[in-house]
Formats: sequence, C-alpha cells, structure tokens
Amino acid sequence: MGVEQKLGNMGMVTTTLEQFVNWSRTRAMWPMLFGLACCAIEMMSAQAAHYDMSRFGMELMRASPRQSDLMIVAGRVSRKMGPILRRLYDQMPEPKWVVAMGDCASCGGVFNNYAIHQGVDELVPVDVYVAGCPPRPEALIHGIVTLYEKVNGEKFTDYTDS
Amino acid sequence: MATTVSTKSVDLSTIFPDAVIADERKGYTGWLVEKDNLIEIATYVREELDYDLLSSVTGVDYLPEEKMEVVYQVYKTTGGPGLFFKVQIPREDPMEIPSVINIWPGADLQEREIWDLYGIKFPGHPDLRRILTWEGFEGHPMRKDWQEPFYEEETKPFKSRWPKGEHIHAEEINPYHDNLKFPPKFNPENWTPTDPEEALYTSLKKFTTKNEDGLEAEQIIVNMGPQHPSTHGVFRAVVVLDGEKVVSLKPVMGYLHRNHEKIGERNTYLHNMPYTDRLDYFNSMANNWAYALAVEKLMGIEVTERSEYIRVIMSELTRIQNHLVWVGIFLNDLGAVVTPLLYAFEERELILDIFEEVSGARMMCNYYRFGGVVRDMPVRAFEKLKQLVYDRLPGKIEEFERLLSENEILLSRVKGIGYLSAKDAIATSMTGPMLRASGVPYDIRRAEPYGIYDRFDFDVVTRPECDLYARYHVRIEEMHQSLRILEQAVSTIPEGPILPKKPVYQVRVPAGEAYGRIESPKGELGFYVISNGKPNPWRYHVRAPSFINITALEKMCVGEKIADFVAILGAIDIVLGELDR
Repeated sequence: MGVEQKLGNMGMVTTTLEQFVNWSRTRAMWPMLFGLACCAIEMMSAQAAHYDMSRFGMELMRASPRQSDLMIVAGRVSRKMGPILRRLYDQMPEPKWVVAMGDCASCGGVFNNYAIHQGVDELVPVDVYVAGCPPRPEALIHGIVTLYEKVNGEKFTDYTDS
Repeated sequence: MATTVSTKSVDLSTIFPDAVIADERKGYTGWLVEKDNLIEIATYVREELDYDLLSSVTGVDYLPEEKMEVVYQVYKTTGGPGLFFKVQIPREDPMEIPSVINIWPGADLQEREIWDLYGIKFPGHPDLRRILTWEGFEGHPMRKDWQEPFYEEETKPFKSRWPKGEHIHAEEINPYHDNLKFPPKFNPENWTPTDPEEALYTSLKKFTTKNEDGLEAEQIIVNMGPQHPSTHGVFRAVVVLDGEKVVSLKPVMGYLHRNHEKIGERNTYLHNMPYTDRLDYFNSMANNWAYALAVEKLMGIEVTERSEYIRVIMSELTRIQNHLVWVGIFLNDLGAVVTPLLYAFEERELILDIFEEVSGARMMCNYYRFGGVVRDMPVRAFEKLKQLVYDRLPGKIEEFERLLSENEILLSRVKGIGYLSAKDAIATSMTGPMLRASGVPYDIRRAEPYGIYDRFDFDVVTRPECDLYARYHVRIEEMHQSLRILEQAVSTIPEGPILPKKPVYQVRVPAGEAYGRIESPKGELGFYVISNGKPNPWRYHVRAPSFINITALEKMCVGEKIADFVAILGAIDIVLGELDR
C-alpha cells in the first residue's frame, strides 16, 4: 500500500504537519559512519547488496556527526573511547537518535571488566537496543524499523519542553 | 650470513656459560638469560645465529615466586623452529630490563605494551609511554595483584548466582562502594585531571623551516581518528605535516582496549575460545585455530584426520573472504567509494553462509575445539563449498583482477607509494602479506608447517616492489593459492570422527608453556599460553599481527603525502579488535 492509494481525485493527501515531519524523518535518516568493533562489520553487511539497508532510506552514511541523525553504536565502548563518543553525540544536531547495536553496546556483553563501559547508556540516551553478538543484519534492520515506529509517534512538544 | 651453529642444536648455555642457563621448569623450554648480558646475547642471536625476526616480546608475572619475566621469541625468516629466551628480574619496583629496540626495532610497540600492562621499564627505549591505557592511568592492570575498582571474583567458573534456586545479585555479595578501591594517595575531592595528551605531543618530531627570505613555516599537527572514515575503526594517528608532506607520525591506540589477556586469565581454557573470535573479527576461524594449536601443544593431543581437513578448509575460506574485503576497503580508501566493497561483500556473504551452516554463526564461529572441531560439516554445506571453490570464486577473483589490476587510476595511486625495504620489514617484525610484498618468502604454512599444510601444494606469493602495488598483488595472488589448497582439501577430505574423544567442558591442561602460531590472513598470529595445572591459564598472550605491523607505519609514511597515509594504513590491513585487544 503506497501513497498513491491514499491520493484522492484531487491528487492530495491530508495529514497533520507532525505526522508529515515524522514520516519524512524516517524516510531519510542518515546514520553516522562510526564503527567501533565487530558489529561494525555486520553494519557494513547490512548496507551491502545482500541486505540492502538503503531500502529503508539509509544508503548514506555520513562520516561527520554534524550531518547525521542517527548514531549506531556498533561495538564495545572502552573507557578511553567514552569521552570521544559523548563528544560525537553532542556534535550531532537535533533531532538525533541512538541505536545500541549488539550486546557490548547494550550492556557490556561478554567484556565485563574495568576497561569497558557496561552499556553505552552510561554515556548517551539510547532509543533502541539490538541484542546479539553480533546481531545479524536482519536484526539491525529490525532495530531501525523499530526506531521508525518510535519516531512516527513523536510529538513536537517533546522537543519544545527541553 | 653463514653460521656454524645448526638450527636444532643451538645451545646458548655453552656459548655463554656464565650468563645463560637452560629453563628447566617442568613443561618449559628455552633459556634463562641474565639481565646484564641481555644486549650482548641478543646481539649474538641476531647477528651470529641469524634469528632476524622478533616474533613476540611479552611479560609474565610470577607472583608466587616474586619474579617478573620477559619472554623473547625469535625466528628465522628462512624457516625452522624458533628460539625462546627469557629474562627474570625480582618483582619489586623499579623493574628495569634493557631495551632490545636497537637490535630488533620490532620490539618498539611491544615493549611499550609491557610497560603499560606490567610496569617493567626498558631503559634505552626512546618513547616509553602508555599505549593501551591512557597517561594518568593508575597501576599496571596485567599484574596479578592489580585489582579492578569493582572487583568481583578471581577466576571462572564464578560461584553460581542461583545457589538454592534463589537468585543473588552481584551487589548483594559485593555492595556498591565496599569493593571500590582508590589508588594510594588518591583523593577524589581535590583531584585535578592532567592532560593525557601532553606526553604524546612532546614525543612528536618538531621542526621549523626557513626559506631564503627568512619566512618561517610552521608545522601543522593533524589528528586522524579515532572517528575517521578511513582508519578502519577507532585507530588514531597524530601526524605532523609540512604542507601536505608527512614529517612525523605517531599511532595512538587503545580506544577498543578491553584487556583481552586479563579476561583470558580469568576464564577457563574452553571459555577463551569464543573470546578469540572477537579479536580479529574478520577471521574468527583463524583465531580459533591459533589458540587451539597452543592449548593442544600443552595438552599433547592429536587432532583427528577429518578435523585437520575441515580446519584447513575453513581457514582458507577465511583468508579468501578477508582478502576480498580488504580489496574492497582498500579501494574505498583510495576513493572508489563503496562499489568495490559491494562486490566483495557479495562473495563474503556466500562464504559466511557456509560458516553459518557448520557453526551456527556468521561471524563469531567458535568452531574449533581442542583436538578437532565442534561438529561435523553438514552435507549441504559441503555441496555449497564445492560449488564455491570450483565454480564461483575463481571467476569472481578474476573479475576483480580484470576490473582493478590494470586500472590506471589505481596504478597511479599505488605504484611506488609506501616503500618498505625487505631489511626494514624484517627488522620491524612485519609478517604476512606485508612482509611477502617486500620480497621475503616467509609464510608460516611453509616455514614451520602446522596442521596438515605440509601435504598441500601451493606457492608462497612474493613481490619485489615493496610498495602498495605489491601489497595489492600479493593478496590477489594469495586468493588463487588459497583456492588451490581448497581444491586439494575438498577432493581428498576423508571420513572419520571429528573429535578424539567425548567433548568436555573442563579440559585438563598440564603445567608448562606453549606458543602456537599460524599464518593468519593478516600475518603471524600467535598465542602464548602458560598453564600451572589449574583450570585457568596463568598467562594468555596474543601476538597480534595488526598490532605489530603498525610498528613500521611511521617509516612508510614519512615523506609521503597525507592522502597517501590513508592508503598506506589501509594496505597494512589492521583490525582494531586485534590491535587494541
């Protein structure tokens, strides 16, 4: 079911501005090119021809945080990397979202020791957690589609409060 | 250089009767060398005995004996077994051992790592800074008496969290703040952070140039990474530039450091197997093999015939997919954004399908076991494998060659860039395709065959050019050789059991030391394991090719343009999981 079925005889669609903005945000969400560890390879696989994440409007990975909307934290975050990750997040323009990809980014995973942040949510607010070590590309795509559902439900007032 | 001493009967203790004794601890080999004579003996080993490749330097903390030990493992690039010698010092600060960096420059980063993790100083090392942790880090984490701030238990298997069917939270055993330890003399109230970067910038070469008009040109310092699209993860290089020309360069690493080795000493032997997958995450099968090899040496067990063939098949498939992806990423670094990578990933997915069918996982295979592999190869996977090896891959690799090898844009970017002579490559302990691209025919599959590689017919690929072009060609040609090995292995694989006996969770490993090394797609991957007879390894060291191949980065980059730095780094083929461990 595409937009053409919703078109009336006049070739128009009526919707709310909020819904329209959210819809357009999900259709061109640019992730930041930011690979940390093993999960980054699966992130690359998800972008490659076989899984083709660009079906979901994500063919562009931006290397600069200032041009990206979504940070996929793909891998373990060490204590040395922590401040840098936070700085990158702060450089991203609003609205911005974070996907914690894999067990390490979600909760420290198998690396339970002094050198690793036990979950990237110690540093930045996380919207979607994707489980797996590493998650399959399908799992990552599912995580992103889940994020779209969240974005579709966002209200303008969520941003005006802060 | 001619030598009168044959490889097998090198007896250091007769050559240096006062300074060397044989290491006669049970299960150990090699020589114990006096600290004061180290330089003299090392020079002799290098110059007279021709052990030109310093494979690995590592520290061991013998806490019960109150001793600290540094182990040197040296090999000949002409092949044959290695020579191990060790220096023991009393375990009290300041611990000092003279640096061998002037004899084997490849010791550079490894000595820095020992200083960082063990706190042994190396007088004579020009730039002894922390490498994996940061300046200002308190203590040396690999020491056996160093405890992390939120210390839980010493070794696995940990006590059950469900003792009588009731769950216990970790915080109930160790309440928060009770187990929090601060370093001595540390007061969090009036702590002022020092700049961890200061030592780094002072270590860089300084320069100012004046032209004939007296105009002074200033140096520019560029930080590439840790978040940079071409550093393959979280690698960082600090580059001093004169215009566009690289004057000095320091690699900065540790942004993915999780102290793999400390975790390894906490785990049991089998526990470590899945952790090795996460070292070099492109080649999990190869990592498994190197670790299994070391532990099998310690246990003294044989690998079953069918498993040996499966191991070779998986390891060569790994090599092909690693090199394919390398070509894709390398072209990406040169500016051919994404398209070659898409081609490479297409083939990679097919190889990963086979991995998934045999092991259940695409990337983190955890497939090898001590004495064999975990389960047999399904018939369907074998059929797929044959189709890949005979039909699909040869044509696809040729397609890569057809598209790239004569490509003018590629050639103008790679020819004559990143020169590293054979002498320098050996001195800086380069291994793998990097060394072979400098014209040194050193391949562990030939130099010291492991598994059943002595049964297969293949060529060791070398190129004489010593530049990026050679590195590209060596990898392309190695894929053809891997296919040759695969064809032989697929046609001769026997039926039979895959494990010598029933699989067990807890293996019994007798006391001793073992060094297992393989030719991983990136270079020499070695695991140095010391057992004291307990369920956990006493020392578990990874000789990571990505880490040691970085040693020559500055040498290759100085004098080149900054844009070529990206290509040179890409050609080394680093993986950060292995580099930072």
